[in-house]
Parts: sequence; structure tokens; C-alpha cells
Amino acid sequence: MEFFVQQIASGLTSGAIYACVALGLVMIYVSTDHINFAQGEMAMFATYLAWSMIDAGVPYWVAFGSTILVAFFSGLFIQRVILKPLETAPVLALVVCFIALLSIFNALAGMIWSFTIKQFPSPFPRVDIFGNGLVSAQQIGVVAVTLVMLAILTVFFRYTTLGLAMRAAAQNAASARLMGVRVSWMLALGWGLASGIGAIAGMLVAPIVFLDPNMMTGILVYGFAGALVGGIANPMGAVAGGFIVGVLENLVGSYIIGNELKLSFALIMVVGVLLLKPAGIFGRVIVRRV
Amino acid sequence: MAALARSWATKPGIGRVALLFWFGLAILPLVGSVWDSPSFDYYLFMGQSMLIYAISVLGLNLLIGFNGQISLGHSAFFAVGAYTAAILMNFGGIPYWATLPVAAVVCFGAGFMFGFPALKLEGHYLALATFTLAIAVPQLLKHKSIAGWTGGVGGLLLDKPDPPFGLPLSADQWLYYLCLAVAMLLFWIVFNMLRGRSGRALMAIRDHAMAAGTMGIDTALYKTVAFGISAGITGVAGALSAITIAYVAPDSFTLQLSISFLVGLVVGGIASLPGCMIGGAFIVVVQNSSQSISDWMKETFSLRYDVPAWAIYGTLLLLLMFFLPNGIAGGVVAVRGWLARKFR
Repeated sequence: MEFFVQQIASGLTSGAIYACVALGLVMIYVSTDHINFAQGEMAMFATYLAWSMIDAGVPYWVAFGSTILVAFFSGLFIQRVILKPLETAPVLALVVCFIALLSIFNALAGMIWSFTIKQFPSPFPRVDIFGNGLVSAQQIGVVAVTLVMLAILTVFFRYTTLGLAMRAAAQNAASARLMGVRVSWMLALGWGLASGIGAIAGMLVAPIVFLDPNMMTGILVYGFAGALVGGIANPMGAVAGGFIVGVLENLVGSYIIGNELKLSFALIMVVGVLLLKPAGIFGRVIVRRV
Repeated sequence: MAALARSWATKPGIGRVALLFWFGLAILPLVGSVWDSPSFDYYLFMGQSMLIYAISVLGLNLLIGFNGQISLGHSAFFAVGAYTAAILMNFGGIPYWATLPVAAVVCFGAGFMFGFPALKLEGHYLALATFTLAIAVPQLLKHKSIAGWTGGVGGLLLDKPDPPFGLPLSADQWLYYLCLAVAMLLFWIVFNMLRGRSGRALMAIRDHAMAAGTMGIDTALYKTVAFGISAGITGVAGALSAITIAYVAPDSFTLQLSISFLVGLVVGGIASLPGCMIGGAFIVVVQNSSQSISDWMKETFSLRYDVPAWAIYGTLLLLLMFFLPNGIAGGVVAVRGWLARKFR
């Protein structure tokens, strides 16, 4: 039983990270209808920036905040410079661009910081708070950060003019434009937010899996699975999906198939959800008019 | 894209340029008999790799370029082909040449099966599902329950075949001819398929699936079969690579392999058969000269760091998408058209 609870707890921790990645994916999907394959590598790159700052003696939270800002603006920049000209391009061109970004970020990180594994500090102490060896402050911290982020995003989208404009631009670009929303900039903002959220995910996961240029590959796949399970067009659903995937992954990994097949489990989950319930648990079914 | 297809699809027979090109490829290894150089075997090996990559890109191009289904998971089918050949040779005692058709059939089956879920997925979602497949496969190949067959993390070592019938060729020359023969056969099959009724159906589905369905094309069948054939072709390439390298290991079939196929496809030219050859050659050239390219860039731009091949690939993909979306083959066609108009 204790083992079971422990698995759930660590499942929730990794779930929180998947939820962050999923949130970033949803952000881009909602604002531009694209699935960003470079999301994981962008997060990894931002985490390296944070590592460099901390290594140079910058206090943790200062580095944390400035990394998010840098990530936000580079996301904005990437959308403006690389993806804006391709707004009406066919899907293949976009997928190729995302794959190109993935390769570039991965190679750049390896080039600048080398492929050796680095340790990344965690702001949360590794003590267990209830004194029964089940839940550590680290785990609580990761989950808390995710939930706070979700709350901020929900408030932003529901109660601010800018959030409303972003939702409008995504749902009906033509009408939004007629109402004076600068649709193209809303897309860029979506990219910036996604990149910032990705940076947070990277910095949360790095203390757990260690920092190396390939650290996000598996996590990105779980992020995809989480986003799809919860519904890729719904931030709240994506977070729930992330947690569900995290817990399931841990339970299935430790009780049924073993740790070596975890990625195959993610594959089955992705294909399964896409086949059986493409809108996800909390998503709306979108009917296309021909 | 349609114009690109029209240029050769309506002409009867194989063009003179293509015939000359294949003939040139066939006499290349004979240079080794005249020019005795120790590095020649290495060039032959590069030639084999180029042909193998060209076949893989051909498989991918059939799916992406001519049928409009995006796959980032072709490294998985390449792996299935390679392991089929390796296991048959290692445990079944089957001669290397007989593993090629088996690999084709096995991979056709695997691709056909994956084509079913792919039917319900379009665009980004299909890319996503195949992306996951590419990431899951190396881990799957390492799993201990099949380690007895696959050799686990260490992989399988094979014997390099000798030329048959006492032909006066070196082992590498013979393998080059094997790759060339397989490549010619597959290009010929695809070339003929695309010019016929089924090729037109595939392209119609790519251009407008619903309209194609209204015209009486069984879109589901065509799409799954296209997935199967594409996987089968890439699987043959995988089997050839297992035979020529004489070694298979799970970590050579990563997402990076899929990405290099995609690079070959985009560089050579989407929906272009000559483009597949260009793409295959390009991948091998960049892989082999990445160190010298990196040194050159370090010197010219006075960089502090090495420039890895993947940065070059990525930058090139972006540049091509902006300036030459139809790849080198598309560029050649465009230049030829421009010249024809200019000097009419």
C-alpha cells in the first residue's frame, strides 16, 4: 500500500511537469492550430540559459524569472520571424519548420553546453514534510507551481481584455480582425506564452532528470499524450490530462509493463486517444463545414 | 507540385537523362579497377549509403509527396526491415539476398497496420502519432523480452557477404551493385505505379481527398496501401543497410534517422523521383563532411564552437522552406522552364 501511495505521489509530480508541457502545447494549438514539435527543445534551451545564470552566481529566483522573460520574447521572436511568413503554408511546410527548430535547438545546446549531464538546483528542499517518507517538499512544490500557473492563465484568459482578444483571434480570426483585434500579434503572443510556460516546465524537470540536451524528448511525448487525453484545445483539460498521464504512467510502469516500455505506453496512449476520442476527455468536438 | 508531376508523368518511357544517370552509377565502381587507392572502398561504402538513403527517401516521398500523409516515423520501418534481415540471417541461416523480399513483406504489413489508425488522422495529428512511434521504437527494440532475438542494447553482428559465382569484384563493389540493382528495381516500380491509374488516384487524394472520394476512389484503401508500400520500400532500405554495415543496434534507429529522411526529401524535392536520389546523396555528404563544414564555418565566421551536423540540417530545412519549397529538383525544373521561356 505504501508503495502504491508513493507511486501515485511521484506520478503526480511527473504529471505536473507533463501538464506544464501540455499547457505550452495547448497555448500554441489554441492560438495557431499547430502542434509544436520544438516545444520540448525550446524548454530545454531555456533551462540551459537558467543553468548558465545560476552557474554565474545569480540567485535562483532571479534566474527563474529572467529565463521566463527571455523565453517569452524568443517565442515571440520565432513566431514573428520564422512562422509568420508561413501562416498560410501547407501543413507539411510547418511540420518541417518545427522539426528544423527542434534540430537547431538541440544542436545549439550541445554545441554551447556540451552533451555531458549537468546538475540543476531545485528551489524546494528534498525533505519529506509529513515524516512518513511518502511526499517530499520538492514534489509539493512542483505541483503547486503548475497549479498556480494554471490559475494565472485561467484568470488571464477569462477576465482580461487581452485574454479575450486572444481567444477571439483563435476562434474566428476574420470576425476578430473586424473588431479591431490584431490577430497576427495574438498568435505571436500565444507563442511567447507557450515558450515561457515551456521554460518553467524545463526548470522544474531539470532537477529530477538532470540537464542534458535530450532530456525533453520523452517528456514531450508525455506532454503530447497529456494534452490529447485532456483535449488539446482546453488548458484546464490539458493540465488534468497531464496529471492523469503521469499517474497512469507510474502505475502501469511499476505494476504491469516495467520501466523499459514506458515510451511505448505513451505511444499507445497517443494513438488510442486519437482514434477513440480525438477531442479528449474535456474537449469539444469540432465539426468542420465543407 | 502538380506541374512537377505533369512534367514526367505524361511522357512515355524513361527519359534519356535518367538512363544516362543510372548507367553512370553502374560504371562508377569500375573506376576502382583502374585507380588503385585505399580510400576507394570507403567511397564505395558512401555510394552504398547514398543508394540506401535514396531508397528510404523514395519510400517517404511516395507517402508524403504523392499521397500527402506526413510521417516522422519511417525510422521505425527502417528498423523493422533491418532487424528482419539481421534476425533471418543470424538465426534462420537464410542467405542475405533472400531477406530483402521478406523485409519488404514484413514492413508492408507493419505499414499497412499503422495505416489503419493513420486513416483517421490528418496533418499535424498524423505527424504527432508517427513522431511518437519514432521515439518509442529504440526503447522497444532494447526490451529484454525480445533481447534473445534482437541482441538487446548491443545489437547483432552479421557477416559481410562475398560476391557470388566467383565474380571478380571486391565485397564492397558487389554490395554496391546489390544496392544499385535494388534501387533501380524500386525506382522503376514506383515510377510505373505513379504514372498509372493508382498514381493518379494517390495524387488526387493528396490534392483533395473528398473530391477524390466523390470520383469513386476508395480513399481508405489507397491511403493504407500507400502507407504499406511506403513502409515496405523503406524496410528494404533498412535490410540493405543491415547487410552492408553488417551490424544492427537499436540506437541507430532514432528520431534523428527519420529527420534525416525528411531532410533528404525536402532537399531533393517533394514529389520528385530524381529528388530522392539527390536527397539520398545529400544526407551522406553532409554526414561525412560535417567535420570539415564545421571547421570551415569556425574559420570563416570565427566561431568559438563546433557546428554540429544537426544545426546545418535544421538551418537548411528552414532556408529551403522559405526559398526553395520544392527542393533542388524543383529548382532545376524552374530554372529549365525559365531558360526555355527566355530562349524560345
